[in-house]
Amino acid sequence: MNSRETRDTLIEGNAQPSPETTPSSTAGTESSPPLFGRFSRRSFIASLSAAGVVAGASSLAAVAVAEQEKPADASEDDSAVPGAVPVTLNINGRDHHVMLEPRVVLLHALRDHLGMPGTKIGCDHGQCGACTVHVNGRRVNSCLTLAIMHQGDRITTIEGLAQNGKLHPVQQAFLDHDGFQCGYCTAGQIMSAAALLHEPIGEDDDSVRAAMSGNICRCGAYNNIVDAVQQARKQV
Amino acid sequence: MQAFRYTKSTTVDAAVQAHGTYVAGGTTLIDLMKLNVETPASLVDINPLPLAKVEAQPGGGLRIGAMVRNSDLANDEQVKKHYAVLSEALLSGASPQLRNMATTGGNLLQRTRCYYFRDTSYPCNKREPGSGCSATDGYNRIHAVLGGSEHCVAVMPSDMAVAMMALEATIHTSGSQGERKIPIREFYVLPGDTPQRENTLLPGELITHVTLAPLPANTRSYYLKLRDRAQYEFALASVAAVTTMKGRRIERVRVAMGGVGTQPWYAPEVEKALEGKEATPENFHRAAEAALAHARPLKDNGFKIELAKRAIVRALHVTTETA
Repeated sequence: MNSRETRDTLIEGNAQPSPETTPSSTAGTESSPPLFGRFSRRSFIASLSAAGVVAGASSLAAVAVAEQEKPADASEDDSAVPGAVPVTLNINGRDHHVMLEPRVVLLHALRDHLGMPGTKIGCDHGQCGACTVHVNGRRVNSCLTLAIMHQGDRITTIEGLAQNGKLHPVQQAFLDHDGFQCGYCTAGQIMSAAALLHEPIGEDDDSVRAAMSGNICRCGAYNNIVDAVQQARKQV
Repeated sequence: MQAFRYTKSTTVDAAVQAHGTYVAGGTTLIDLMKLNVETPASLVDINPLPLAKVEAQPGGGLRIGAMVRNSDLANDEQVKKHYAVLSEALLSGASPQLRNMATTGGNLLQRTRCYYFRDTSYPCNKREPGSGCSATDGYNRIHAVLGGSEHCVAVMPSDMAVAMMALEATIHTSGSQGERKIPIREFYVLPGDTPQRENTLLPGELITHVTLAPLPANTRSYYLKLRDRAQYEFALASVAAVTTMKGRRIERVRVAMGGVGTQPWYAPEVEKALEGKEATPENFHRAAEAALAHARPLKDNGFKIELAKRAIVRALHVTTETA
């Protein structure tokens, strides 16, 4: 695998669709085991995720049955929900139905329950920005918000940024300017930069640095990231 | 994170009657729930409440809904024009992602960044009353030099609240005993021997909105934040200054400090030292000395006293400069 191919797999959504890398859309969907020779980090993670969904679904089903035996909870808003409950999330233009405990944050719902590992876990406490996604077009830390709070919202992840096989201008700019080394923070950096294009910030590099300050890159690719963001801002 | 009962409320009355812990942006609460510092049995999601507007008030002033996000408040044209200190304070806080989530009501209730409070393996009187304070004899570089007690020296970290303190905001609430208006100077309480209690909200009381009075003409406001890095860091010392000039004399001045106190720290000594006086460096230094006169350094944070004094002087220079 040459370096450009490696980079392409790091820009989620640019990988060629194949049966084992297509994200499962609903809980309980099984994916075929990865084939030798086509085994990749992404297919490995996708297979782990699918296994987790199956195991998780059975235990959650038990909880749901137990809950049915309780008397109905008379809440004012009729939404008091102990245990796992059905949650509908609109992600990248599609509705996804999953059983989630209320304590599952959006980040973990995406990765562990919906087969979308493109959004990364960094600090898990809102300090690094690796988990950045868009909610109704605005960038947020998906680690600090509960999935159940986002029914009815429009969620966009790195998997949904490219449109019709064409990279988002920010994705292309990160490739053009080598805006990463290890790539772990890249999905969050790109989601942050894509939202920044619609925010009221100054034109100079310092303004971009300030606006990207919620995304930490421990490889220190900051200069190239600033160049990439500035290129994308000129194009959009 | 421990399990909890989740409810979503669409009206203020329903939220108050749900008798749970309110979650809005979640940037403090979910973080602390992951650390098992907060373990609410019942979470009431108040995101659907119709409290997300910034509205001009008849006769001047602003009404800011409790659910207005920090980024929206910072970029509001009325706020930028009339209350620059508030916009500057908000934009100096957290990251763009967090500002898109965090709300006005939630930010007033932001919890301390004291590392011992956030780590359940240490004693902490705020987290577990009576267990002791690990910071007084521990590593206390980020802790308070004003307002602390032997039981707690944790800093309240909000920048927005410091600006609102200098703007003399009024906090409006709704609860089982009806609606209340609380001047921000009466909202926060010193830790004393009950550091677990941080404000005068009653159990279950919900912040619905904040009002700002109109400022006199010829008023300038400014937020100066000093910290270990240029962005995305909490204040070691910060100053919100709101100053009205009449010729060369200071007619009215309000100064509050962040990063140095156990609450957003209003400094009445500054107005006593400066109102009616000329805007001179000597007067600014005298005011700054008075504002920090009662400061008490801990082992690692003595530098904050000088830092805060210089920040006050700088903020006074900026807000009294004649064009």
